[in-house]
Amino acid sequence: MPSRLLAQEEAAVPDVQRLLVQFQDEGGQLLGSPFDVPVDITPDRLQLVCNALLAQEDPLPLAFFVQDAEIVSSLGKTLESQAVETEKVLDIIYQPQAVFRVRAVTRCTSSLEGHSEAVISVAFSPTGKYLASGSGDTTVRFWDLSTETPHFTCKGHRHWVLSISWSPDGKKLASGCKNGQILLWDPSTGKQVGRTLTGHSKWITGLSWEPLHVNPECRYVASSSKDGTVRIWDTTAGRCERILTGHTQSVTCLRWGGDGLLYSASQDRTVKVWRAHDGVLCRTLQGHGHWVNTMALSTDYALRTGAFEPAEASVNPQDLQGSLQELKERALSRYNLVRGQGPERLVSGSDDFTLFLWSPAEDKKPLTRMTGHQALINQVLFSPDSRIVASASFDKSIKLWDGRTGKYLASLRGHVAAVYQIAWSADSRLLVSGSSDSTLKVWDVKAQKLATDLPGHADEVYAIDWSPDGQRVASGGKDKCLRIWRR
Amino acid sequence: MLQNEYIELPRKRYGYQAHERSKKAKKMIGLKAKLYHKQCRAEKIQMKKTIKMHEKRNTKQKNDEKTPQGAVPAYLLDREGQSRAKVLSNMIKQKRKEKAGKWEVLLPKVRAQGETEVLKTERKKKARKRMVTKVCFVGDGFTRKPPKYERFIRPMGLRFKKAHVTHPELKATFCLPILGVKKNRSSPLYTTLGVITKGTVIEVNVSELGLVMQGGKVIWGKYAQVTNNPENDGCINAVLLV
Repeated sequence: MPSRLLAQEEAAVPDVQRLLVQFQDEGGQLLGSPFDVPVDITPDRLQLVCNALLAQEDPLPLAFFVQDAEIVSSLGKTLESQAVETEKVLDIIYQPQAVFRVRAVTRCTSSLEGHSEAVISVAFSPTGKYLASGSGDTTVRFWDLSTETPHFTCKGHRHWVLSISWSPDGKKLASGCKNGQILLWDPSTGKQVGRTLTGHSKWITGLSWEPLHVNPECRYVASSSKDGTVRIWDTTAGRCERILTGHTQSVTCLRWGGDGLLYSASQDRTVKVWRAHDGVLCRTLQGHGHWVNTMALSTDYALRTGAFEPAEASVNPQDLQGSLQELKERALSRYNLVRGQGPERLVSGSDDFTLFLWSPAEDKKPLTRMTGHQALINQVLFSPDSRIVASASFDKSIKLWDGRTGKYLASLRGHVAAVYQIAWSADSRLLVSGSSDSTLKVWDVKAQKLATDLPGHADEVYAIDWSPDGQRVASGGKDKCLRIWRR
Repeated sequence: MLQNEYIELPRKRYGYQAHERSKKAKKMIGLKAKLYHKQCRAEKIQMKKTIKMHEKRNTKQKNDEKTPQGAVPAYLLDREGQSRAKVLSNMIKQKRKEKAGKWEVLLPKVRAQGETEVLKTERKKKARKRMVTKVCFVGDGFTRKPPKYERFIRPMGLRFKKAHVTHPELKATFCLPILGVKKNRSSPLYTTLGVITKGTVIEVNVSELGLVMQGGKVIWGKYAQVTNNPENDGCINAVLLV
């Protein structure tokens, strides 16, 4: 069928230069056999051909790359800028894009007041149904998204609520405070579930749940603290299961990977890799010259959303349906899709102005060192399809890097003060950033430009999150109010 | 008798003069009394304070479990305050202040500078020119008037373009370019001339501080008040009026 299409074109324009091309996927696997196309072929035609070769039921949107340059207008134009031998077979790499499209948020639909101190952390549940926020007034608040009003106020902490984390099935929320206590909440009733988990001697810097595809009951949660230890808690029994010591200074970031490994980054300039089920230290990744502030895994988004597929999102977010086994299978298939062939990749950002790309399950040497920032890096995030890494820094810029090789792609400038946090939209096309200059900015990643500017906060923006169904962005800051932004 | 025992002698002779103070206080009248009573009152207050402090030290206080102010997220906890100026006031506050035309100035009382101090008369033939002896600011596009018509001379050596502006809350000082002289408290004439003396309100270019208004617009000009005598120091020190 593809050859018939091309034969028609050939008959129309007989004297255009032709090339032999071979489709290849990101992992290097070849698709079909080489065939020839005219040089002025456009990405739409290429998409038709490729979809036919892939034999998909619904046509997937695809992006095509020739030696790292994207084919935008026609194959000929892209080749002009590169030195390509027309005698050999040309490799075109195709990348499936997300089927659904998230639209950029443009307006603030509500400003939710209620907290009496600065809002420090904000998180949407994995399906996007609930919104939780932790604040300096020691309460955790749940907000009803359909009416944009307060739902529950959860009191229990005695100091600032520094970090909150949803379990991957969306049924529990864990919150850690500056006194080192962790509480669990039920979003449908607003009441505390189980006992207060005490044990850390200093404040909690991060919380991470066990992935859904390993245990669909979501029983274990890991917490990192300034006292230099990582503790794994059993939420049903309400006690500490294991304590992982080894870091000599505060543990700043924690991630529970999908392969049974736990990653912790610390101010002692190292990242340690632990085996989750028995707490044994596997590897220590060294290389940074100053505190390691933040980490990101290539499969982060898939682990966070679990069995929820953003493409199937509806206007009114629903809870996850299905038995535990079904949820586990769905989560596992999504995880494997994002992970691809190789092992999980890890990016760490530090106070020494550089990032490192590691493949921690294999090697303790970094894959690449990504330099370019002029001030410390506050947050790094992989895009949901794990192709791009975005890093937010105190030098007022956000830099985009290739997720596989660590090569520098672009700088996004526009903020006038330090960029604190960033969040990706579920289709990996948009990025929102919150900064100390009280504005949020939505960036179009493909064009590498600013899409919308969202002013409105009266003071610094401390926390932002994009809901997994792509409809809303929530942001909270020093001015004590939580803002919800929609299209 | 030994020297040092002289002090204790009246006490030895006449005993403790009890009620001495109250006798004095009762008998005094007039301005002397007022001053004396004021002094006594101050002493009484101080005594009460020290007694209370001693009491507190002795009893054990219940720990006031109030969460401290200034909540910051985990990534800012180990860091000190920002090195850049942060967003300070709302748009409403700004508008209100500008409407009222009042600024909370730090030097409310400024010594008025007389004409003879600021201007030095030059008598050349019949032309009466006056030379400004204080530091002044002239704009970018300043050109002198033709010599026959100029009445005030502002020497180049006393013209300044930049001021050292301190941010009062951050306690950080920046060298910012001056945009203009807003008001010189001594006389409107000096304002139009651009004479800068202690207490003058000037407008400075703050775009490098990165302040943003609520509407998302970047603030690039703010008022500051001069705090030193620039003609004596050779530089202009000012405090930003927020």
